[in-house]
Amino acid sequence: MPDQSQTTNRGSGYNRRDFLKGSGAAVAATAIAAQATDEVQAQGKGKPNVVSSGATKVKLTVNGKDHVLMLEPRAVLLDVLRNDLNLTGCKDVDDRTASGADTVMIDGKPVLASSRLAIQCVGQTIQTVESLSDGKNVDEVITGFVKHDAMQCGFCTPGFVMATRAVLNKNPKASLEEIQKQLGGNICRCGTYHGITKCALEIAKKGGA
Amino acid sequence: MVERQIAWKAQNENAVIGKRHLRIDGVEKATGDAKYSSDINTKGTLFARLVTCPHGHAKIVNLDVEAVKKIKGVKAVHLFKDVGAECRWDGELIAAVAAERPEQADDGVRALKAALKFEVLEHFVDEEDLKSGEAIGRGKDLGTNTKGDVVAAQKAAKAVSTGYYGIHTISHCCLETHGSHCEWTADDAVNVHLSTQNVSGTGGQFAGPLGLDAANVSLTCNYIGGGFGSKFAADEWGLACAKLAKEAGRPVRLMLDRATELKIGGNRPSGFAKVTVCADAEGNITGWESHHWGTSGINGSTIRLNQMPYVFAFDNYKRSATGLSTNCGPQRAWRAPNHPQLCAVSQTAIDDIAAKLGMDSYDVFMKNLAKTPRGDVYAKQMEVGAKLIDWKKKAHLHGKGQKKGGVVSGLGMALHTWGGRAHAGTCTVKIHPDGTVESFSGSQDIGTGTRTVIACTLAETFGLPETAVKVNLGSNKYPRSGPSGGSTTVGGVSGPNRRAGLELLWKIFDLVAAKHNVKADSLTAAGQKILSDGKAVCTWKEAAGLIGPMPIEAQGQGPKSDGLTDQGVAGIQMAEVSVDTETGQVRMNKFIAVQDCGLIICKTQAESQVYGALIMGIAYALTEERIMDNKTGRFINADMENYKLPRIGDIGELVVEMYEPESEYTRGVIGLGEPPVIACGAAISNAVANAIGVRVPVLPMTPKRVLDALNGGAV
Repeated sequence: MPDQSQTTNRGSGYNRRDFLKGSGAAVAATAIAAQATDEVQAQGKGKPNVVSSGATKVKLTVNGKDHVLMLEPRAVLLDVLRNDLNLTGCKDVDDRTASGADTVMIDGKPVLASSRLAIQCVGQTIQTVESLSDGKNVDEVITGFVKHDAMQCGFCTPGFVMATRAVLNKNPKASLEEIQKQLGGNICRCGTYHGITKCALEIAKKGGA
Repeated sequence: MVERQIAWKAQNENAVIGKRHLRIDGVEKATGDAKYSSDINTKGTLFARLVTCPHGHAKIVNLDVEAVKKIKGVKAVHLFKDVGAECRWDGELIAAVAAERPEQADDGVRALKAALKFEVLEHFVDEEDLKSGEAIGRGKDLGTNTKGDVVAAQKAAKAVSTGYYGIHTISHCCLETHGSHCEWTADDAVNVHLSTQNVSGTGGQFAGPLGLDAANVSLTCNYIGGGFGSKFAADEWGLACAKLAKEAGRPVRLMLDRATELKIGGNRPSGFAKVTVCADAEGNITGWESHHWGTSGINGSTIRLNQMPYVFAFDNYKRSATGLSTNCGPQRAWRAPNHPQLCAVSQTAIDDIAAKLGMDSYDVFMKNLAKTPRGDVYAKQMEVGAKLIDWKKKAHLHGKGQKKGGVVSGLGMALHTWGGRAHAGTCTVKIHPDGTVESFSGSQDIGTGTRTVIACTLAETFGLPETAVKVNLGSNKYPRSGPSGGSTTVGGVSGPNRRAGLELLWKIFDLVAAKHNVKADSLTAAGQKILSDGKAVCTWKEAAGLIGPMPIEAQGQGPKSDGLTDQGVAGIQMAEVSVDTETGQVRMNKFIAVQDCGLIICKTQAESQVYGALIMGIAYALTEERIMDNKTGRFINADMENYKLPRIGDIGELVVEMYEPESEYTRGVIGLGEPPVIACGAAISNAVANAIGVRVPVLPMTPKRVLDALNGGAV
């Protein structure tokens, strides 16, 4: 299961208090866009992280590429990945971070994209399921999912693939118990748990992939 | 010349059919490349959010659309209901707001809600409370019917068992919520990406209400994220999406939010029953008496009367039912409509009469199989299941198992039936001069593996690997196919493709025969070659080259009575559970399904259907239910945290045994999706009763209900 504690911010340069302060300041601001640009430029220079509530230039690093987007601070990472970057392998199942279909990796750790604001991820490395294939070669976890028919409708599958990748990254020889615990945050409605378990166990038994 | 006949090959002659195959669209699904309707992002797409009724029953007394239209980013507003309209259940749609960004649509929703006022009206949502429902006129008599003399049967019986049984409403809870993406390509033409189980049938549902020619609605659904019987229609929100797109002059994506999906996206009606069953000393059930009730929502229906008791037709019975009209969201066909609930409230009673007689439940089921339509098949399947779960060794009478640290285990079984006749469908199969093969049909893959089934069918027919067949589905511009519901798809697509494939193969055989001077009726296709009496004549590619510069194609139809498809299956399930008598927690240890479905096209995917059904069954047996709040009339657990579905560690060991002796294979293809989800509730309930010695009357068997049962039924 993606570690919920990771949803509190570390290392991105923004936190909830800064955001609240910023949105208050923005009510009075007349040149919001200019202010926002200044603030982005101020990142990493020791200046306070204050953001306006209007659209702000945000740089996200996703699957090794930098993207500069105009986003309101309240824009949720999941929506930005899906709607602005067309990375739709990350699925929108609910807005309560309870299904795991939106599992991505941030700085190598599994995170639910609906639990983060996009601006929280500035300066971090975001990896979506799309990073596990290049059109020709696919990650061994994906091959394993296909081999064990660990899918039906397929809607939860990319989220499970990312969560499985994360389990095996953490412990390439993960036990059944670890697999069940760490995939326990993902839900499948069609009922593909049998195949997913077989896939993850097979890879773990040979020492990871 | 031997008469050419449409048929499947003999079971032992197949190279592809019945074997294990990789899902041909598996990589697309696992990598995220597969595009679902909710993933469609054409340029300029607006995002819609919904305003719904927050009461069980209310009248709208104030609403201000103009304020919403002034919100930054909002481009269009659609009203489902206006001032004065009545909302009859929590979640009923009031408005949809489309905006540049989802968060701006949320602003619009907030602005609309700020001015939205209701007059709250009386509601009734307690679907288990027959007495109160009838007292306020919410009960509808659904009839009584009788056979023989049940009173005399009860008097003559060795044992009579009376019990209360029930199963709560569950929601479809599709992971991809219901919805669509609509984009107008001209004033009178729209492209719709709809999350649908009914690709060929829903275009017209947009055309009529929108005043368009049906030919001007292009409907696509390449992938659908869950459809268990609730996605057959355009729906009012689909039409709203198209209207918003028209008003804004921009494409719009409107998917239900999670809470609304659970509330109005369709549910499986509840059923509660008082049952008296009687039997002779040998365990032959001689009489059945029942009254059941439940709700399907405002229409006030419940589970079907004339299928009670489920599967068994006893000589003497009296049965009646009452439907309750409640302020709950409306039902939609849920995987095997009626069957899981009927099984859960009747085969539990059969288990209880076995206990009353002091007999093993297995023996009583076996004893009464003559009263089922497929008794011989059930008997064989029960023997297979009993071996797999080691029934004889593990069986004990109800409540007589050994308790270890407060935990006691038990065994239970149940059985089911389903039709699964192929739906009406057509397809076009095309062979190109270079030997490549394509199939086109307006079908869909709801998880069954439709593409792989079609590929396997044509691969077997032409002697090719299944990966050599290109399958095109998901457009209403392709030849009409049937909706995927009622376990009709595998028969519905394999029949037409086999027929069209054979027609084309015979044309190619004629060409090969003429060219190579062999008899056409000596030819077969296998291993990417054409063979005469088993000896290679030419490659498939060379054979296809004989058709000339243009492709050849044939249209396949179905169903037909040529033996390719059939209907009517049996299936038995056996569960082994552990119950913690201190916490009320039920754990699945092992769950066995023995299932027939006639001829199996792809064994891997067939098994996946059954595994999935078992997990869905564990869900509604142990955790999953819609919880209505009597005070507010609201569906209070409409989210993924509190609407409890099993997780990967909750399912125990699953064993699936596909029952396919030659006698089943020769029946042809029969649908499989519905049957294995039916017996789960009763089998698991019976296992829990066997473990703890008392019946947990109502599903799901939450820890509280288990503890209540252990405490003598206190609520």
